[in-house]
Amino acid sequence: MSTRSRLLLCVAVLAALHLGVACAGFFAPYDPAAQDREHPYAPPMRLHFVDGQGGLHLRPFFYAQALRSGSFDAYEENRTRAIPVKFFISGAPYRVLGVLPLRMHLFGGDVPVYLLGSDGYGRDLLSRVLFGGQVSLLAGLIGAGLTLSIGLCIGAAAGFWGGWKDEALMRVAELFLALPWIYLLFAMRAFLPLAVPPLKAFLLVIMVIGAVGWARPARMVRGIVLSAKERDFVRAARGFGASGGYLLRQHILPETASVVLTQAAILVPQFVLAEMTLSFLGLGVPEPVPSWGNMLASLQHYNVLVSYWWMYLPALAMVPFFLGYLVLASLLQGSRGTSKIGEVFGGV
Amino acid sequence: MNERRASLWQIGTVFAVTLGCVLCIHSAVSFPSQASAKEELLRVAGESGRRGGRIVIALRSEPKTLNPLIAADGTSREVISAMQADLVHINRATQLTEPALAKSWKISADGLRYTLTLRQGLKFSDGHPLDMEDVLFTFRVYLDEAVHATQRDLLIIDGKPITVRKVDAQTVVFQLAKPYGVGERMFDGWAILPRHLLETAYKEGKLAQSGALGTAANQWAGLGAFRLKEYVAGQRLVLERNPYYWKTDEQGSRLPYLDEIVFLIVPSADAQVLRFQSGETDMISRLGAENFSVLSRQARDYTMTDAGPGLEYNFLFFNLNELGEKAPAEIARKQSWFRAEKFRQAVSQAIDREAIVRLVYQGRGAALWGPVTPGNPRWANAAIAHAGRSLDKSRQLLAEAGFRLISAENGESRLVDADGKPVEFSIITSASNADRAKMAALIQDDLKQLGMRVQVVPLELRSLIDRVTQTKEYDACVLGITSYDADPNPELNVWLSNGDMHLWNPSQKHPATDWEAEIDRLMEQQLTATNTAQRKKLYDRVQEILSEHQPMIFLASPDILVGAKRSIGNFHPAVLEPYVLWNVEQLYQRNGAENARR
Repeated sequence: MSTRSRLLLCVAVLAALHLGVACAGFFAPYDPAAQDREHPYAPPMRLHFVDGQGGLHLRPFFYAQALRSGSFDAYEENRTRAIPVKFFISGAPYRVLGVLPLRMHLFGGDVPVYLLGSDGYGRDLLSRVLFGGQVSLLAGLIGAGLTLSIGLCIGAAAGFWGGWKDEALMRVAELFLALPWIYLLFAMRAFLPLAVPPLKAFLLVIMVIGAVGWARPARMVRGIVLSAKERDFVRAARGFGASGGYLLRQHILPETASVVLTQAAILVPQFVLAEMTLSFLGLGVPEPVPSWGNMLASLQHYNVLVSYWWMYLPALAMVPFFLGYLVLASLLQGSRGTSKIGEVFGGV
Repeated sequence: MNERRASLWQIGTVFAVTLGCVLCIHSAVSFPSQASAKEELLRVAGESGRRGGRIVIALRSEPKTLNPLIAADGTSREVISAMQADLVHINRATQLTEPALAKSWKISADGLRYTLTLRQGLKFSDGHPLDMEDVLFTFRVYLDEAVHATQRDLLIIDGKPITVRKVDAQTVVFQLAKPYGVGERMFDGWAILPRHLLETAYKEGKLAQSGALGTAANQWAGLGAFRLKEYVAGQRLVLERNPYYWKTDEQGSRLPYLDEIVFLIVPSADAQVLRFQSGETDMISRLGAENFSVLSRQARDYTMTDAGPGLEYNFLFFNLNELGEKAPAEIARKQSWFRAEKFRQAVSQAIDREAIVRLVYQGRGAALWGPVTPGNPRWANAAIAHAGRSLDKSRQLLAEAGFRLISAENGESRLVDADGKPVEFSIITSASNADRAKMAALIQDDLKQLGMRVQVVPLELRSLIDRVTQTKEYDACVLGITSYDADPNPELNVWLSNGDMHLWNPSQKHPATDWEAEIDRLMEQQLTATNTAQRKKLYDRVQEILSEHQPMIFLASPDILVGAKRSIGNFHPAVLEPYVLWNVEQLYQRNGAENARR
């Protein structure tokens, strides 16, 4: 497989994963904050095709779960009645990509169906993983975007102008590299009012992630700009009277594209992880809005850790995403130098 | 030559003194092993145990002090209860009084004079004899305003302090200004202090500083079953057997059985569970229901016990403080909702208490509609309505109070006040208490169905207490209180409007509302009513007022969940604090069971 087709495959897989999360409302059977107080810590339900009599069903079905009498977290299946999975049913309202209001869900049942189990409040884990992915991935993507834009501007400015401006900018970058960002966030959180609404908390997380991470890409971009501005074709353009802005736009910044893209592929998972860390520590988006980090926070309790294995699943959810991004990064890095990014993505 | 003689003389003196000391120590150690004729020891019923061994138990936080005068936190009280003794004691299992340092007592017919007779021949844990001067000193100190003893208020009746008078070497009379409702129960918890160790500090005004945790073992003494042995900051506190203790078992051998108690400081509840599970600690108490079921499932060489409903009550309350003009407009607006009784009633009506019991306590608890838990049936007002959850009633109450529902642009319905401002507020809760955080999350969801937007803010306990009692910057709070006696009297500072634990509006100069004034009156009355039925009637009325005006919205009360290794004898957990150590003198290690590792 050529590098290009591998890249295309990788991008396609990532795009599919992101689409799944973006359309969380459709794939998730329930509202992520809806509590089902009759089913706390329900284990993942099994989908069946063969019933007790050995009959084969084309439509998958499941058995309803109910708490064993006297217990508060042990369930038993009621095998007397098979409940078929229904597709494209109407349920809790949601908005696709935050705009289009819909009620249609991919699947559901006549009784609550928990494919990945439920948490301590009886909230469906599958729905929470999907909606939580929206928060975590969006934080990663916007954070990476912000970081790279800041990094690109500062790196280009420092490399292009050189001199004391370069010195000053790079010393500031080093200062930011040395900042213990988690403590910075603690400090910033202390200045905010007591209760931060979810949206504000989300923006704060992104802001902190973005503001702290720009130093490394800025240094890389500066290095490329430094070497690019001395190349013959740049000197020639300068000789023909090209302005600084024109040179940057037309000749120098395109040289940085492959580095920036590779950095993006590395930074997105890194920032998703940063968001998860913050939410895990209770500094990210507040409950009941899910994020992968605050879903994992319940594992801080010993009893959850040893009793309900499905509470680990949000940690598994990030694996395909991270794998995708890191493979993408290494493919991009491999193709760097041999071809320009424009050529790699020429057909996309 | 002279010098040499002098030094020889010195050596001789040193030798003599050392020998004397050794003899002293020897006699001190050998003497109490058999009860002298003059000692009036208390024989306690119960299974006879085996001498020796030790138990290890974890404490959630480091005790603040060993000084019973100023101890306010639970862990300090727990440790102190093993080291100190009182004149009359409330048996934590029967909840009735029994003789302790006083072998008997008489109450005069008018209920104003209590005559107590002290046991003879008792000694403090350092071997110093106890006499009447110690008792007089103790009460002088507790009553001294300059000392700021935490329980001083309980000795002030009708504005006048109790007077204490010595009759003879064994008899003391307590004179009251008015009859005291609790009777001889009032003597429980007043540790008799060693005058010989504390008088100098008292005269210098430094009593509050004594009994700090670093105190040398020979500088601290009490009349309890154990005495201080060793303290390693942040790690452990070790107590050893008090050889002069004044109780014996049925066979007449002197208690306590154990040689040592080791308190390990283990700050997190989960870490305590792990230590217990791995056998590092012998007993565990204050367990959450979820950890209790984990331990029960895996029980091997320990038994887990649900001792039934305790006295802890959890509640939600709103900021009803009068903040004056400096209050920001936003808080003033929120307070106008909170002050509306119908608003509070609507919130109470909307809370699914049964779900709290099921989801937070896994059924090991009880829903609450008042401060008196099912663990305290004697004082509960059975007439208080246990209103089930009803969102319709809530909505009706809110409509009557001028709130209305509008539908927001995203299709959700939202509650707005008369000025059209959306009802949004935050609930603060202690981050270290997973149970209360979960309650708050359930309430958040319950209130969402009324159209209220609630945010839950977990805070570190100290900053939460600071916000509630000092800065008063909060909207609402979920908290819990554990009474240390079934009687309502220890709760005085919660219900009296000038009390510092009157959480929704503490330390008022004048009662802010008529009903708070009525509670003040009723609580004062029950303090001096002599007959229990009458006191019960007065306290019933207090509960009625609380239920009507809902300054606290009572949520649920957990069971007392404890566990102990099977090798621990006489393990009988009680629902009063200290749950597992109340009979610490009778606990023993069966058949030389291997001691828990340190």
